[in-house]
Amino acid sequence: MKHLISAGDLSRDEALLILDTAEELARVSERSIKKLPTLRGRTVVNLFFEDSTRTRISFEAAAKRLSADVINFSAKGSSVSKGESLKDTALTLEAMGADAVVIRHGASGAPHRLANWVRGSVLNAGDGTHEHPTQALLDAFSMRQRLGRLDGLKVAIVGDILHSRVARSNVLLLSTLGAEVTLVAPPTLLPVSVERWPCQVSYDLDAVLPKADVVMMLRVQLERMNAAYFPSAREYSRRYGLDRDRFAKLHDDAIVMHPGPMNRGMEISAEVADSPRSTIVEQVGNGVTVRMAALYLLIGGENQ
Amino acid sequence: MIVIRNARILGGEPRDILIANGLISEIGAGLGGDTVIEAEGLIALPGLVDLHTHLREPGREDAETVETGTRAAAMGGFTAVHAMANTSPVADTAGVVEQVWRRGQEAGHCDVHPVGAVTSGLEGKHLAELGAMADSQARVRVFSDDGKCVSDAVLMRRALEYVKAFDGVVAQHAQEPRLTEGAQLNEGEVSGRLGLTGWPAVAEEAIIARDCLLAAHVGSRLHVCHVSTAGSVEIIRWAKSKGWNVTAEVTPHHLLLTDSCAEASPVGPYNPIYKVNPPLRTHDDVAALREALADGTIDCVATDHAPHPVEDKETEWAAAAMGMIGLETALSVVQEAMVETGLLDWAGVADRMSVRPARIGRLAGQGLPLEPGSPANITLYDPAVRTPVDPTAMVSRSRNTPYEGLTLPGRVVATFLRGRPTVLDGKLV
Repeated sequence: MKHLISAGDLSRDEALLILDTAEELARVSERSIKKLPTLRGRTVVNLFFEDSTRTRISFEAAAKRLSADVINFSAKGSSVSKGESLKDTALTLEAMGADAVVIRHGASGAPHRLANWVRGSVLNAGDGTHEHPTQALLDAFSMRQRLGRLDGLKVAIVGDILHSRVARSNVLLLSTLGAEVTLVAPPTLLPVSVERWPCQVSYDLDAVLPKADVVMMLRVQLERMNAAYFPSAREYSRRYGLDRDRFAKLHDDAIVMHPGPMNRGMEISAEVADSPRSTIVEQVGNGVTVRMAALYLLIGGENQ
Repeated sequence: MIVIRNARILGGEPRDILIANGLISEIGAGLGGDTVIEAEGLIALPGLVDLHTHLREPGREDAETVETGTRAAAMGGFTAVHAMANTSPVADTAGVVEQVWRRGQEAGHCDVHPVGAVTSGLEGKHLAELGAMADSQARVRVFSDDGKCVSDAVLMRRALEYVKAFDGVVAQHAQEPRLTEGAQLNEGEVSGRLGLTGWPAVAEEAIIARDCLLAAHVGSRLHVCHVSTAGSVEIIRWAKSKGWNVTAEVTPHHLLLTDSCAEASPVGPYNPIYKVNPPLRTHDDVAALREALADGTIDCVATDHAPHPVEDKETEWAAAAMGMIGLETALSVVQEAMVETGLLDWAGVADRMSVRPARIGRLAGQGLPLEPGSPANITLYDPAVRTPVDPTAMVSRSRNTPYEGLTLPGRVVATFLRGRPTVLDGKLV
């Protein structure tokens, strides 16, 4: 593994290696001194062209717990907002000797482009409406932690699939790991040709819920309503929101996930989000350990 | 007097072509002349005519100029190009089109026929002074807002009606604007996977259908720019079957490349060298376009040569400019897509790349048969070589060719513009 740009690039063995490594590292974070010397002397750059405090902090914590030097490069107020190109930014990071660049960018494919211009490893922390592979890894990690397996697990991903990088990465990763994914959304929020993806598709949440082991709710942005993807927030919530009544249709061991940030009352009701079967808070903690594992496996080798 | 020896006219038996006073004076065997050009093994075609070229002057001389763009045209075997109107300022007045026309005359590498904008400033609100451009020295006959669609149905109807007065044609860039807001790539399997906003085929097809009906209703001439989908082909075939005056062009890149280039290519995924408008489509679309060019449903090949400086392509996909250069590779791509596949012979290539585009553009001295009395607009082409495409060897000011990494057949050896060589031995004269 040189880069982590698409969840689809991971073989089953590579994906399991990341999850198993994360499990070992999780034990470290239970100790009173959480820091490991593994990446001492390595430089990790967080290159964030979009605001995402939670993802940036998660990567920053992961790198610091492995003793890497962390440089946070936010596009706002930097030369990037004065029109510097991605390539020039990349060359600047290259000159600083970045071993890994964690990039969040509003344009799909920006991490692929960046990888042409830097020698270090590129970690995709979310690119446009394309992918967010570490989110998928932490989701898989959380599912395995709660339910003890991934193979054969029935996972429903519900919401704005069309614009969701979380959904794309999860479909790719979970199908590699043997889970059975069903995407649930109104037809307007599904990409054309979604039937060619390695998953099932349904427009009917109520039909899918009783069989699901995992229900992952995606954030629905209100601006989609203005672009006529659905008539109103209320109608969306009524047809695709996870409220108490729908929650009751789940079997007893099923869990509820959300990558955050949530629209409480829109795609998920507060009591579902706060229920013991919700993994939403532990997903955040797992994010740090999974990102530690990814950084360690990408740049922790002795030949660096 | 120049004699071209042993050229295979339209791929036929070797003949000699004698050129005098800018005209073909004789075709035969054993002819003599002051200058002898050996053309054994070479195919002679009537000088190619491009209906769709972006020369970028005035305004974007960093990407291309009339001088550099017409050099590229001559190197590609062209003796006439139509310069698109989306310059800065827009070619929407007699003054601008005359300036472009004059710059073409000065450059002298090929004829430059300016295309006039349909609407002022390409804004789609008011008709530009089409008559003034038609009556100008540039004698504009092709009008287009290319780059933008004349999406307002009333405005399109009026433009089609108005140009009848001077036998003009409206060349439509068929793209329904609301269906393509922020569109990046053909809407389909690849765009879905890559998370790039889709450009659906229906956005092209809906406009073409509407415009064919409008052209029929007002009895005018419609030309459809860069047809890119199988559905568009079906609509145009239907319109032609009705006897309506509709013509269409296809670009070389839509005959060869597909949207899968955005995902996997020799230059890596998401490389915007493949970003173009309309976007690259699917294998099925490519097959339908080739078939339509072969059976004449699509009348001609037009390059949509669209130069961009490096910095406008060396970016993330969404930020990159749309378009690719194509003048210098057009004939090679057509050989690869149409001749090597048995879909067109060389007479067919001459028809689709010279005769028909000249007729659509109403160019009197271009696209004529290679016979005594015709102006000596001749392209000599060696179909036997295969060479890797080298962007650095191109004479266009820009380097944004999508064919880097491919090996393509053929090479233009010489181009003659009214008897005067503009290219000899594969080099500019």
